[in-house]
Amino acid sequence: MKLLEYMGYELIEKIKNKDISVQELLESCFVRIEETEGSLHSFVNFSKEKALDKAKLLDKDLKNGKKIGGLYGLPLANKDLICVKDFPTTCCSKILKGYRPPYNAFVIERLIEDQGAIHIGNTNMDEFAMGTSTENSCYGPTYNPWDITRVPGGSSGGSAASIASGQAILALGSDTGGSIRCPASFCGKVGLKPTYGRVSRYGLVAFANSLDQIGTITKCVYDSALMLEIISGKDPLDSTSVDKKVEKYTKGLDKPINKKVIGVPKEFFGEGVNKEVENVVKKAITKLEGLGAKIISVSIPHLEYTVATYYLICMSEASSNLARYDGLRYGIMSKNLSGDVYDVFSRTRDENFGPEVRRRIFLGTYTLSAGYYDMFYIKALKVRTLIKNDFIEAFKNCDAIVSPTMPSTAFKIGEFINDPLQMYLADILTCPVNLAGIPAITIPCGFNSNNMPVGFQIIGDYFDEEGILNIAYQLEQELNIYRKIAPVTK
Amino acid sequence: MSIQNNDVIIGLEVHIQLTNLKTKLFCSCSNDYRGKDPNTYVCPVCIGLPGSLPVINKKAINFATRLAIALNCEINKSMYFFRKNYFYPDMSKNFQISQYNKAGGKAFADGGKITIKLNSHKKDVILNRIHLEEDPARLVHKGSIATSPYTLVDYNRSGVTLIEIVTEPVMSSPEEAREFLKQLKSIVQYSGISRLDLEGSVRVDANISIKGHERSEVKNINSFKEVERALRHEIVRQKNLLKRGKDLIQETRHWDDKRRITISLRTKEFEADYRYFPEEDLVPIEIDNRFIQQVKDDLPEMPNERSLRLRREYDLSEFDSDNLVLDKDIADFYEEGVNSDASFGPNEYKQYCNWLMNDILRVLNEQNKTIKDTKLHPHQIVDIIRYINEGKITTKIAKTMIEDMLEGFSISEILEIKGKKRISDENFLIKLGNEVIEENPNIVKDCRVNPKAKEALIGKIMQKTKGQADPHIARNIILKILEKKGIID
Repeated sequence: MKLLEYMGYELIEKIKNKDISVQELLESCFVRIEETEGSLHSFVNFSKEKALDKAKLLDKDLKNGKKIGGLYGLPLANKDLICVKDFPTTCCSKILKGYRPPYNAFVIERLIEDQGAIHIGNTNMDEFAMGTSTENSCYGPTYNPWDITRVPGGSSGGSAASIASGQAILALGSDTGGSIRCPASFCGKVGLKPTYGRVSRYGLVAFANSLDQIGTITKCVYDSALMLEIISGKDPLDSTSVDKKVEKYTKGLDKPINKKVIGVPKEFFGEGVNKEVENVVKKAITKLEGLGAKIISVSIPHLEYTVATYYLICMSEASSNLARYDGLRYGIMSKNLSGDVYDVFSRTRDENFGPEVRRRIFLGTYTLSAGYYDMFYIKALKVRTLIKNDFIEAFKNCDAIVSPTMPSTAFKIGEFINDPLQMYLADILTCPVNLAGIPAITIPCGFNSNNMPVGFQIIGDYFDEEGILNIAYQLEQELNIYRKIAPVTK
Repeated sequence: MSIQNNDVIIGLEVHIQLTNLKTKLFCSCSNDYRGKDPNTYVCPVCIGLPGSLPVINKKAINFATRLAIALNCEINKSMYFFRKNYFYPDMSKNFQISQYNKAGGKAFADGGKITIKLNSHKKDVILNRIHLEEDPARLVHKGSIATSPYTLVDYNRSGVTLIEIVTEPVMSSPEEAREFLKQLKSIVQYSGISRLDLEGSVRVDANISIKGHERSEVKNINSFKEVERALRHEIVRQKNLLKRGKDLIQETRHWDDKRRITISLRTKEFEADYRYFPEEDLVPIEIDNRFIQQVKDDLPEMPNERSLRLRREYDLSEFDSDNLVLDKDIADFYEEGVNSDASFGPNEYKQYCNWLMNDILRVLNEQNKTIKDTKLHPHQIVDIIRYINEGKITTKIAKTMIEDMLEGFSISEILEIKGKKRISDENFLIKLGNEVIEENPNIVKDCRVNPKAKEALIGKIMQKTKGQADPHIARNIILKILEKKGIID
């Protein structure tokens, strides 16, 4: 078995037992990157030299019997909007070209500085996380490792592709309306979006700050639980992070799920959902039943309004969050300095934001404007409350809710690039989770007739990451397809 | 058309920096940015770097609560911050985190009032609200804005806490506005939240209209003194337009304090739409009654109550006690003084008040100092009153002793010095002045930013001569040397 076929937690054991060195593992990742990066384009910037130096240092410390942190030098791929000190962090936008943050994000501090993961590079994404396909990157698209004519999903497409292809062992992503779960689903890997407030957003460049949440993309559920244990908890620098006990998520995975009640919302199997996807997901639900879980029907009646609500809110917030990119303090400023300061600001933004980002800023500015604010933004907040209440209501009767993660499997590169509305609709099963602020995980549950992976979404109640990880782990073991490495072919 | 004075309608929006806070409103950078090298008091939060998040300064909530209580406002128990969106180079995020009482938002506190007295007539100036917000960065120009070849941005001020006090449009003359600001300044001082004598700690926007006509908003009035001036100018301008039969338009105007005129910035149709909406990076602020009570218990006596008490305890007139309490330092000084001599009665209380409010304050004003800048001790005035009342010196002689008293000399010491020769040899004093300047480079450096620092240098000459140097000559010498060195204008 090649090193890249092992799970993260298995590699930790190998390093602990001195079967392999940190450096060996790191080098094998870079070999895999050499082989596949030309076809995939998962990464936008590498930190190879620094990573190698750190690997050598960790090996030396290990040899001397020093503690090197619970992640034992596992190679980590970071989404290009989570700040790494002195490393280019550009949100895959021209406007932040060359920008190097002077500080580490909270999660980077925890994973890399405290627990000894090794940052190997930043991964490709839709510009400022705005997209479902990773086609909206200023560096060009990432390709799906299962079929390189298809998108990897987005916006954390680079992170998902790097995990699916074995380029990296652990990856970070961010999820505003499905940006972790969509690519994890399209690439057949595990994607976890924690409860809003479970993980500090300090150092996560904001797209829509009431929805954004940092999460993980990994090869298996155990690795997600392991990462979540490390990155969860109150951060005094993020007022919205919640001071709530962090469970030992890895310890709760083995529990039997025969007492669990699992809700299946009929609205999540509606018209827009591809039949093949529906069948694969339903088969997985029978597996859960086989594990002893009780399956019941639940309802999320306002699901049909979620995409409209989600886009109104995220665009409104984005129009304000992205206002700071004017070229004055950091990033790129237009070379043409004629006119007054507003001319230069406008030109800078016009030249350096991509079309999708500009579209969302326009729409968000519009929906917050006098006269439209009540009609759009306030109304969206009201519907958001209804959707939240739908979930609160549903969780009175069940422990978790399951559904397909995406209405389809990965589509072709360019298929929807000129049809943004169609692209937005792909978020219908993931964005309600962000509107409610609850946690959800996606695991692969099978393949369609094109051999493309299908994602299975498990949604939990507030701060019940332990519960959904438990169910996900049990189902993952039962299905036993998670070890498959994507071939990186057409 | 005749326009009566009571046809004037004035409302004020007063922005006060909470200079007594240690750190900024949303990060842990120091608040004490004055005179520091540009862009050195900054961090990812106040410079608006991608990924940074604001965290509320709890002490700012405490300070705002103090002011709200002192102004009799109704404090909101639960509130959000809002984002005020507009592009400007002094805005690190191109939005300002503020509070908003529309669009589902609430101010920090609503209502409240300040009672003013003018020509023995009382009036309540009703407040609309007070709220917290962050200060933008400071734009630095060479000379005037219009002719400066560049604009520099200094983010040291970015994120410093401002509290905005908005009145209802209920004042009807510049004098009323002046009295209102005088009282507000006093209340702010008593609340212990800000030092309004610091440069740039106050900014006022004024709404002015003539009854039945459109209003104008005058921005950029950067001191309380300027407010009365700006209002007078604007009222005359509006009245003159009406006299000439012209219509007034709703517009925003800019106070040019150099030329002492207002200039039109924009008319109503170009008013910015700030797209206020909730700041989701901050959690709602919850204020309970216990907290309010605790803050209330910690608040000192406010000027109004104190004035009543002084009238009662020291038999002072309303006029005297009102004036005495205006500056907390003066009032504290007074009480310490009169309480230090048990033999004092109503006559001495009145005498002490006259000495302090007339004689001492006149000299302080001449020297552009506050009482805390001097070495004057409350007991010195007790002594001088005793000397006068015991017939040891005449009032006339006593008044010649004030400058020496401010240097900290006791009455007996001054009388002794008076007996000696005053040193008024200019050449000798210039030599001493140069020595003092050479020996105290830090104070000299401080003179660039702190107009009061030069007093310390003058004091050093007095020290060297055991108080015998002629203080006028000493002062002139220090000023001349500093000017020559280009340290002061």
